[in-house]
Formats: sequence, structure tokens, C-alpha cells
Amino acid sequence: MPNAEEGPDWPLDLHRVLKAAEVRQVAYVPDAGHSRLIELFDEDPEVVANVLTTEEEGVAIAAGAWLGGQRSVLLMQSSGVGNCINMLSLSAIGRFPLLMLVTMRGEWAEFNPWQVPMSRATQPALEAIGVRVLRAETPADLVEAVEAGAALAYEADQQIAVLIGQRLLGRKKW
Amino acid sequence: MPDSNSDSNSLPGLGRRAAVAALLRDRGNRLVVTGLGSPTYDVHALGDRDDNYYLWGAMGGAALVGLGLAQAQPDRRVLVVTGDGEQLMALGGLATIAVAGPRNLDIVVLDNQHYGETGMQASHTGRGIDLAAVAAACGFAATGTARTLQEVEALAATLREAAEGPRLFAIKIAADNPPRSLPSRDGVQIKNRFRTHLGFAAS
Repeated sequence: MPNAEEGPDWPLDLHRVLKAAEVRQVAYVPDAGHSRLIELFDEDPEVVANVLTTEEEGVAIAAGAWLGGQRSVLLMQSSGVGNCINMLSLSAIGRFPLLMLVTMRGEWAEFNPWQVPMSRATQPALEAIGVRVLRAETPADLVEAVEAGAALAYEADQQIAVLIGQRLLGRKKW
Repeated sequence: MPDSNSDSNSLPGLGRRAAVAALLRDRGNRLVVTGLGSPTYDVHALGDRDDNYYLWGAMGGAALVGLGLAQAQPDRRVLVVTGDGEQLMALGGLATIAVAGPRNLDIVVLDNQHYGETGMQASHTGRGIDLAAVAAACGFAATGTARTLQEVEALAATLREAAEGPRLFAIKIAADNPPRSLPSRDGVQIKNRFRTHLGFAAS
């Protein structure tokens, strides 16, 4: 049940789904939309969590984790996708499994115009470098998309970004 | 002194191939990741191995591939061999690695102070930027710079010892281009070979 103090349940569901998919490493640039999921992973003794200075670091970490036999997930905001583009060559050419969960800004009740250009570019840029994009606009869609994306990534060696619609995340309070 | 050896060409200083040979002489079961360009060729020149992962691109990614690998394989030592230009593209990554704090990750920067693949343009390390000092400021467990073959041999001995956290060492080498020694450019094949070496199914 959604709880006013704890926030929505979907971060708990994503944590459960990613644990069931045997994710052992998570890398992130902090983001308000991912804050609860980040807390859950930071508190999880079975998962190594890396805070990044820039998102493309996480693409390289994911490749290294896979070389060493571990599955990982990368959390970022849409603005961070632009930082990743050249590093995604590594995932593409090495056919490294990659699962990115991207919270969208700049597309729904956005107050900051500086978020809009990269928001518009997020999906085309990902698709141009060969990442398959799944979008979710409701919590139920999101859980299903992450389950499907995890299977595509870890079992079919695909590079997957799940875009989490800003409508789902709600209006930013500041 | 300049000599006719192809490893030193017309520039003075420590030859990169001799330095890398000394660095990896008693490599044991360490896993090695190489940064794009000459470091990939230098490591390959010592002999192709299943426990090498060679990067041919993804500039700025070598040390972070090493981090993910070190975290996945905590009982193995991981050595990243890369160049100054490649590591300069990932100064922030040194902060990420320091915060992560793996005890089994070492980074060695073959520092010729130039971008060797693109026409030997001078890099930041020849203009006052000290990568070992950057790593030290980030909180790496050990850092330093080797300038002679003897110092590289001492460094190799240091790297065989246990560490309290990630370590980064620069080796100042001559700015030359020895004959290229080219590993496979098939990133999938090298990945699967590496994973098979560690006992994982190729996919």
C-alpha cells in the first residue's frame, strides 16, 4: 500500500525484482526519483553499491562486473544518458548485458527548462547507440518492464534502458 | 640515450615494452584489463592470454571495468594497465574507485605524457598534472611514480603484496611507438574467453 511517509511501493517492488534477477552490483548517480531504491541497495549486504561522479562510469563497471560473473544495474536520471553515449560502445561491441533504469525529467510538470533538451534526446540517443528502450508510465508497467528488461539483458545479452516516465514520479517538490 | 632499439626510437627514457615486461614478469593469477591504444598492444606483446581483457575503445573506461571486475572477483587481484590520456579522461573515476575502496584493484598508468595514437600531442601529465598525486588526494591506499627499470621492478614486487585499498602507480616512459602487437578486436570473443577462464558459461 502506498504510504504518505514511506512513499510509493514500486521501489520495493523493483528491489525485489532485481534481487530475484540476482543483481549483485548497483551503480548510480543520485536522483530524487531513485532515492528509495538507492537506500534499499545501500542497506543490502548482498549488493555492492557504487556512487558515481558521472554516469558513464557505471557502464564500464557493469562490463567489468559481467566479466567477473556478476549482474549489475545502473540508475540515473535522463540528463545522465547524454553522458553515457560513447561508453555504451563498450556494451554494444562486447555484447555486455546492461540494464539501465532512467528516471525522466523535462517531460511532465517540469519546472526547470534546462531539463528539457536532454529529455527530448534521451530515447533517440539511446536507440542510436543500440540500446533497446522500454517505457513505463505506471507502477505496474514499471515492475513488468524491469522484469522483462532484466531477462533481455542478462539472458539475451541485450543493452536495455527502462525509462520511468516523469508522470509516474510525480511533480518535483522544492 | 637514443639508440637503434625500436623500443626507444629517438626519444630518451624507459622503453614501454621493457617496463611492461618487468611489471608483469611474475604476474601469477592476476586478471588484467588494458586501456585502449598502446597499453593494449604492450600487454598483448607479452603473449596473448585468456585472463586479459583488452579495450580498443571506451576511452576513460579501463579503470572502471577493473572496479566492476574486482568487486565481482574479490579473491583475485585485478590489474588495470592504461595510458595517461585514457586515465585523464576519467579523473572522476578515481574518486569513484577510492570511495568504493576495493583491496584487490591496482591501476598502473603508462605515462608517456603524450597521446601516442593520434600524433604524439602533449597531454596534461607533461604540463604539471600528476596522476599519482590525484589518486593520493582521492585516498588511494598507495600511490607513486616509477622512472627507471629498477623502480618498475620494485613496483612489481609491491604489487604482489596485499593492499589496504586501491593503488595507483604511474610509470614514466619514453614517448615512442614500438611495433604494434594487435590482439583480437572481437570484444565478444575476448569477453567469452575471459569468462570461460573464470568458469562462467560463454553466452
